[in-house]
Amino acid sequence: MRPLPYLRRALAIAALVIIAAALAACSDPTPTPTAQPQATPTPAPQVPGSLVIYSGRGESLVDPIIQQFADVTGIDVEVKYGGTASLAATLLEEGTNSPADVFYAQDPGGLGAVESLLAPLPADILERSPEWARSPQGLWAGISGRARVLVYSPDRVPESELPADIFDLTDPKWKGRIGWAPTNGSFLTMVTGMRKLWGEEKTAEWIEGMVENDAIIYPKNTPQVAAVAAGEIDIGLVNHYYLYRFISEEGEDFAARNYHPAGGGPGALVMVSGAGILSTAENRENADRFVEFLLGTVAQQFFAGQTFEYPLVEGVNINRLLTPLDEIARPDIALADLSDLEGTTAILRDLGALP
Amino acid sequence: MPPVFIWLPAAAIGLLMLLPPVYLLVRTLESGTAGLDVLFSMRTLGILLRTVLLVGIVTAACAAIGVSLAWLTLRTDLPYRRVFGMLTALPLAIPSYVFALLVITALGPKGMAQGWLEPLGVDRLPSIFGLPGAALTLTLLSFPYVMLPVKAAIQRVDPAMEEAARSLGRSSMEAFFSVTLPLLRPAIVAGSLLVALYTLSDFGAVSLLRYQTFTWVIFIQYETAFDRSIAAALSLALTALAIALLIAESRTRGSARYYRITPGAQRVPHIANLGRWRWPAALYAATVVFFSLAGPMALLVYWVVRGVAAGEPLDLLWSNTVSTIYVSALAATAAAVAATPVALLTVRYPGWVSSVLERLAYVGFALPGLAVALAFVFFGASVLTPVYQTTFLLVTAYVVLFLPASVGATQTALKQVSPRLEEAARSLGKTPFHAFRLVTLPMLSKGIAAGAALVFLLTMKELPATLILSPTGFRTLATSVWSAASEAFFARAAMPAILLIIAAGIPTTLLILREQEER
Repeated sequence: MRPLPYLRRALAIAALVIIAAALAACSDPTPTPTAQPQATPTPAPQVPGSLVIYSGRGESLVDPIIQQFADVTGIDVEVKYGGTASLAATLLEEGTNSPADVFYAQDPGGLGAVESLLAPLPADILERSPEWARSPQGLWAGISGRARVLVYSPDRVPESELPADIFDLTDPKWKGRIGWAPTNGSFLTMVTGMRKLWGEEKTAEWIEGMVENDAIIYPKNTPQVAAVAAGEIDIGLVNHYYLYRFISEEGEDFAARNYHPAGGGPGALVMVSGAGILSTAENRENADRFVEFLLGTVAQQFFAGQTFEYPLVEGVNINRLLTPLDEIARPDIALADLSDLEGTTAILRDLGALP
Repeated sequence: MPPVFIWLPAAAIGLLMLLPPVYLLVRTLESGTAGLDVLFSMRTLGILLRTVLLVGIVTAACAAIGVSLAWLTLRTDLPYRRVFGMLTALPLAIPSYVFALLVITALGPKGMAQGWLEPLGVDRLPSIFGLPGAALTLTLLSFPYVMLPVKAAIQRVDPAMEEAARSLGRSSMEAFFSVTLPLLRPAIVAGSLLVALYTLSDFGAVSLLRYQTFTWVIFIQYETAFDRSIAAALSLALTALAIALLIAESRTRGSARYYRITPGAQRVPHIANLGRWRWPAALYAATVVFFSLAGPMALLVYWVVRGVAAGEPLDLLWSNTVSTIYVSALAATAAAVAATPVALLTVRYPGWVSSVLERLAYVGFALPGLAVALAFVFFGASVLTPVYQTTFLLVTAYVVLFLPASVGATQTALKQVSPRLEEAARSLGKTPFHAFRLVTLPMLSKGIAAGAALVFLLTMKELPATLILSPTGFRTLATSVWSAASEAFFARAAMPAILLIIAAGIPTTLLILREQEER
């Protein structure tokens, strides 16, 4: 018999490692705070303390600005990144035991889902966000704007042919040429807006028309932008900022452009990412400071310059590549009124756009 | 009655595995009949059929590729077989959504392949979307699930059996097919089961390649309706589907014996001479390696280069690489330790208790990672608060998710060890534990190592549980890939993906080195 000290040793080490990990986990649930440089010019009030953020917005987008907040304030910031929907589900499962202080979400839908867990924001912070972009109960504030657009192929769709209203996409001439992402949060919010603006009947008509036109189902926005450039579809229903990321990575000749429907309507809706503070937040003061920071000039400038989004506070310039907000025929609708996701998924399901 | 050192840990593992189903049941009961309405809608039933079709195709293809490559790289004079042996295990480390993205870039409309064929007058390739693309992607990613356990099993088969067949006039190839292949059946079935369950639970590939499976329906509930109860009801239905698969599998098993009953001598296995098939076989292996690893890798490198050329900083992500390897190694060892008592109980002490335990062990693997993660949030935030969002709970969740990978490999190994050896040790006065440690465990080591390697590779690319359950601020390579790819920063996503594949080389190289040590 071949002796196997090798395996036995490996198992022993494994067991030790596991026990050690368990002990470490039990004895010290909070990781030791790393020393923060105190050399920043802004004086930090007493002990900076810590802050736990659940971010449904991607790390590659918002990490730089969160780091900046940590550096300026000296606060020990911990971020859990994830999808907005799965973090909302996590918050709901955690209930009052959640370690989170702030929920920073991709869309109002995610914030709406956890509204029962949120505490009202201080009025002076809340009111930095425009009225249409915040919760009427003051539970969350819009942070940055994103416009719904049609991403189209300038080669195959001449400007004169672009529809003035997305209802025109039900015209048979678009059969097989359009894409959508019916499971995407922004898309669903747009359909909820559609139900407010057009009523249930016309919305149903539009969905049926899109299904009849064999709209290709994509899992989310980015593959649609890629598909337009690749020639798979001619028009996709997306948010405005993805295009600029493709252009900055693949160059100016990337074969797709954005179009804001000239006739307005739900296709020209402008939505927001937003943030709310948990009522169980242990670091309430720091949470307030963070939301205030996101609505301050520095962060807003960052969103305009780096993520190609629309700043929501006065006096911050938008990226020169974007169409200014006041040139978009934005429908007059408060985002807080767009929380009835259940009704929207029900109608999409009934008409076969969703299972 | 099994000895305490078997039943006590096995019972603890069984309880642990019950957590996700219990959580799902709690949430399902909240939903009333809404979950049932979705489940029994015609559309869902259609999707269920499509899911079964995909699972069938992928499983059959993986079994064919996995078994053929295992044999070619271990028992033939295939050129460069050690290199092939190592490279063919690596695709397991590529996250399915990354692979799907690469497939679309290469073979999709206006993709690279079409660009190359355009001068030849091809202006439209057959569509990659739907069943063909999803089946291709999942097959190329998952055939190692079959290959690795089959390789471990081939090494345990006594070469004397093939020799007997050859001495009776069979060629080496005939001897392999008539003698060795049937002995590999437990390994093939265990591997195929992993493929089937993985296909059932995959979301990344099927969503990007637009083939709507059952898991996709579950995700829509979480993503669009923020509805945990309907999602839970559907997840329970998925569990039922997985259990049906497991029962079907156990029906095929019968009561065959896979170990040798007479003593044999250590000997060098016979290496089949492929003759004029040597180079065609190498071409076949090279084709698999090209499509499953080299091609994707080349495309990722291209993305990195293009990104760097456009001014993207080149980030080597050391801390993410270290934490990925650290947490995967923890999960692999924990799963190996947890799998051993489960395998001992299910193989040596058959009965209803062990068949229930065996099926429970597989449940986590078939469930969407998000559902399992939320189960741990549910129990973690309320009952297990001290360990919530710690590495300990994260590793526990990994064990629940990936236990079948190591249980399957260990069971297969155990089936090839004759219980008489333990009995002999017992009759010489050893306690059951000593008999196990001195006789059985050394003979199981290869199976355990193969299982641990599988768990390592699976953990490296795991995403939903890692995002939700990890300590805040904890980043792995998989979370970096996801974070960049989901925002369409492909250049930034490529570097961690490459590192993921390189890190996957660690366990596979160790396995290959042990193979060589034997010779």
